[in-house]
Amino acid sequence: MKTAVIVFPGANCDQDMYYAIKDGLGEDVEYVWHAETSLDGFDAVMIPGGFSYGDYLRSGAIARFAGIMPAVIKAAQEGKPVLGVCNGFQILLEAGLLPGAMLKNSHLKFICETVRLKVENNETLFTSLYKKDEIIRIPIAHGEGNYYCDDATLKTLKDNHRIVFTYHGENPNGSREAIAGIMNRAGNVLGMMPHPERAADALLGSDDGLRLFQSILNHWRESAHAAYTS
Amino acid sequence: MKKVKVFITLKESVLDPQGQAVMQSLHNMDYPNVKDVRIGKYIELELEDTADVAAEVDEICDKLLANTVIENYRYEIEEEVHS
Amino acid sequence: MPLTHLEPSPEQIEQEKIYRTMGLTESEYQEVVRLLGRKPNYTETGLFSVMWSEHCSYKTSKPLLKLFPTKGKRVLQGPGEGAGILDIGDDQAVVFKIESHNHPSAIEPYQGAATGVGGIIRDVFSMGARPVAILDSLRFGDLNNSRVRYLFEEVVSGIAGYGNCIGIPTVGGELQFDDCYNGNPLVNAMCVGVMKHEDLQVGQARGIGNTVMYVGASTGRDGINGATFASEEISAKSDEKRSAVQVGDPFMEKLLVEACLELTKHEALVGIQDMGAAGLVSSASEMAAKAGVGIHMNLDLIPQRETNMTPYEMMLSESQERMLIVIKKGSEEEIKAIFARWGLHAVAVGEVIEEEVLRLEHKGKIVAEVPSDALASAPVRHMPSRVPAEYTANQAAPVWKPEITDLAGTVHQLLTQPTLASKEWVTRQYDYMVQTNTVVAPGSDAAVIRVRGTKKGLAMTTDCNAKYIDLDPLEGGKIAVAEAARNIVCSGGEPLGITDCLNYGTPENPEVFWEMEQSVRGMAEACRVFETPVISGNVSLYNETNHQAIDPTPVVGMVGLIDDLGRLTTASFKHEGDAIYVVGEAAPEFGGSALQIMLDGKASGKPPVIDLQLEKKRQDEVLSAIRKGYVSSVHDLSEGGLAAAAADAVFGTEFGADLHFETDPVTELFSETQSRYLVSVPEALRKEFEATVAGAVLAGSVTRSENIEMHFVTESVSLRRPELEKDWRGVLSCAMSAKN
Repeated sequence: MKTAVIVFPGANCDQDMYYAIKDGLGEDVEYVWHAETSLDGFDAVMIPGGFSYGDYLRSGAIARFAGIMPAVIKAAQEGKPVLGVCNGFQILLEAGLLPGAMLKNSHLKFICETVRLKVENNETLFTSLYKKDEIIRIPIAHGEGNYYCDDATLKTLKDNHRIVFTYHGENPNGSREAIAGIMNRAGNVLGMMPHPERAADALLGSDDGLRLFQSILNHWRESAHAAYTS
Repeated sequence: MKKVKVFITLKESVLDPQGQAVMQSLHNMDYPNVKDVRIGKYIELELEDTADVAAEVDEICDKLLANTVIENYRYEIEEEVHS
Repeated sequence: MPLTHLEPSPEQIEQEKIYRTMGLTESEYQEVVRLLGRKPNYTETGLFSVMWSEHCSYKTSKPLLKLFPTKGKRVLQGPGEGAGILDIGDDQAVVFKIESHNHPSAIEPYQGAATGVGGIIRDVFSMGARPVAILDSLRFGDLNNSRVRYLFEEVVSGIAGYGNCIGIPTVGGELQFDDCYNGNPLVNAMCVGVMKHEDLQVGQARGIGNTVMYVGASTGRDGINGATFASEEISAKSDEKRSAVQVGDPFMEKLLVEACLELTKHEALVGIQDMGAAGLVSSASEMAAKAGVGIHMNLDLIPQRETNMTPYEMMLSESQERMLIVIKKGSEEEIKAIFARWGLHAVAVGEVIEEEVLRLEHKGKIVAEVPSDALASAPVRHMPSRVPAEYTANQAAPVWKPEITDLAGTVHQLLTQPTLASKEWVTRQYDYMVQTNTVVAPGSDAAVIRVRGTKKGLAMTTDCNAKYIDLDPLEGGKIAVAEAARNIVCSGGEPLGITDCLNYGTPENPEVFWEMEQSVRGMAEACRVFETPVISGNVSLYNETNHQAIDPTPVVGMVGLIDDLGRLTTASFKHEGDAIYVVGEAAPEFGGSALQIMLDGKASGKPPVIDLQLEKKRQDEVLSAIRKGYVSSVHDLSEGGLAAAAADAVFGTEFGADLHFETDPVTELFSETQSRYLVSVPEALRKEFEATVAGAVLAGSVTRSENIEMHFVTESVSLRRPELEKDWRGVLSCAMSAKN
């Protein structure tokens, strides 16, 4: 499996994502510069965290207009796995690949800590190696992770089992229904505030995030991956 | 050239934690008359005169300056600015 | 329209003594005239006044800094460059430096702290290293004061805002509260980087004819005279100088880091230096002076974001996120392309010349021409010193020892003092995990960062007990270094070297200068014993508000090497049934202790004494036990003594402890006698441990319980972990939600 890690100016978790896939998962991975226009030849796309373009207007607002974004949208439409983490999630929201928006954390401060997540849906290509309702430990690090959507959107998300992760225990940022990660209708685009790439090595405290990448790899192996590769 | 003042505010239904925090401290500072605080953004644009400045500003706001899932915007177009 | 004609003439500067308002003394001005062989014009006077300020020249502290050992087998770069460098084997090196941003933070705490972080990061990557960690040593006044709470909250936000955005983990530091910092907080930021030997860069302008380029953000009028400002006392008037504070842009700096590290690999790069304090003038003159050459610079080419800037303003601006580089002539386009890829401009603004002068051209005229090394050679000031009467009185004071009836209550009260309480309220605002190398997060004795691709780790800490130094600067100076080394050892690291940030009051006060002298002597002596050379540092003087000086606070930043992360240790107990040892005996030493300050409201008497030879021997033994895998946890005993250390060891775990002592309870629990450790050891390895660490006394065992039970001959103390921990964790958030 060959994975693209998109690099926006101001991204700062690009290397963490790269190493999680290269060292943790042991698969091929390449950085793709924001100004590129093609993702042909890649089997999965990662949009890492950070502060793209300084996040000065709104988190993710400027990144969605980057040269690479049409290719990300195309990859999503083709059914390739697309994972946006933290700022990557915010970019997916701004780009309209996922519904809703992010507000500042309810306590207004940046928060960095390892939190407990509940796997709400394990029947996705991202979570097949977790048990349903399993509690996992994954770090968060953000100032705007307070997920917001209107009632109708929330109902759609719930009805279609598109809420993949929720915070277990204390809600660290005030997000609606303690939502930590959601996916698109087709199930191949996942956005989440917690950082699975920071939980891919037991030396650093948790490797609960590694199974997310392994699930993607399993999916790729099981599916007719010939269709993905050119 | 036209100067455009854009005001971006959170939609009424969206909780504004920053505004709440400011209101709380105003109450602590003994300004009980303050009943609500909403914090927004103010952006100034300078545009070349075109046939339809308003249409262009609408587009800019919809596409980039505001996230219409949570924000509303309004703007004022001012007369000629000389630079 | 140029404004230069509004500037006073050289004659006016002399006759009206304008140089004095710009920061030069009478004799310094005369020295400038002598060096130039003529009267300086306004721009030149500005260049000298800022370069000869204490902040840039260390003219007052230089004689003391010479006392520090700066050489060692690992030293690749000592003081004098952006940051010092130490070899860590395998062709890799660690780069680090600490720097103060006290004065800007007192005026505009968010930006003051943020730009402090930004500046120290530039010092590290300008050496060719990738920054891997930030530590912050912070000191504030009394949290009951609303202004102090504001400063504290904004400083923490500023550090978080900058460090989180740029993607360098903030992994540790210190946080203390004391009334002496009410008007004058200390904000010291340390950055650590890792590099390959071959990437080492220095700030030199070698090669006649080579091109000088300006990279990064444009120049505005911000921070003009910031460096002079840092060398003055803070008074009510400082509020009017608000423009002296710079605004940081971490996004720009993130791009600058990536572009400069790419540049480091390019063979055309000759030298690189941060435009820090005193901006263009310091970077240009230092790069020229170090290489024994000159620089001709055309100021019309400097990227400017404001109009009508004068040469004086351009040269002295402290706009952030800018670097000056020297490259081989002819490679300008290649260098521009590297920066363009990151959306940054690189502009050729001058060239290296043979004549050893800094020559500035503006609108077709030469507006300043000064010998390059003159700016870097401020006349050294030898200040008089005097033993303070208070010191003599403290030395003569009888031993202080309190009567305590409620031991458990006292432990609770001690652990909920802001200085000893949990720092989580602060550390969770910092992204301490980005870069995914943080093996030990904030909260243990030292933070530990993995060196990616190896099994090695870097342990890092900042330490300074200013109360000890206030009572006895010589002894306190030794302890500051010893404690830092002890913290490194507790994590399983070998201390490598230090950087220091020397924060004091006004050196013209002979008693303050005596404190400087003595504490530096103590630190230097300890550095020799631990073989930890001083490789970089910073001096911050004039930390006074309305003539109230801070306690002398020379902060030690230390880095150690862990050769195998498999043998990493932390302070927390790990296994039920492990034996608990206390290493070192407690003497009734309470001068400057957390207990004394809590009960008396002030420090008095003598601080703990330290035997550096014993300290070194014990550190070697403890490190040896860690490396052999004999221990489960190690924690040093420092502020708050054994009481605080035992609580630290059970907090965040499901364990308690059962301890027995035949000593005096108050002394055993609260004394701050040096060179002591709390260690837990697997039952099966007790013999090996005891044979390795002399002076280890078995005190009890780790229990799976919610209580720390301490049995003394005359009485027993039972501490409840859950309640104690809850209150300990809540102190800062509770203080910060207080109403105005």
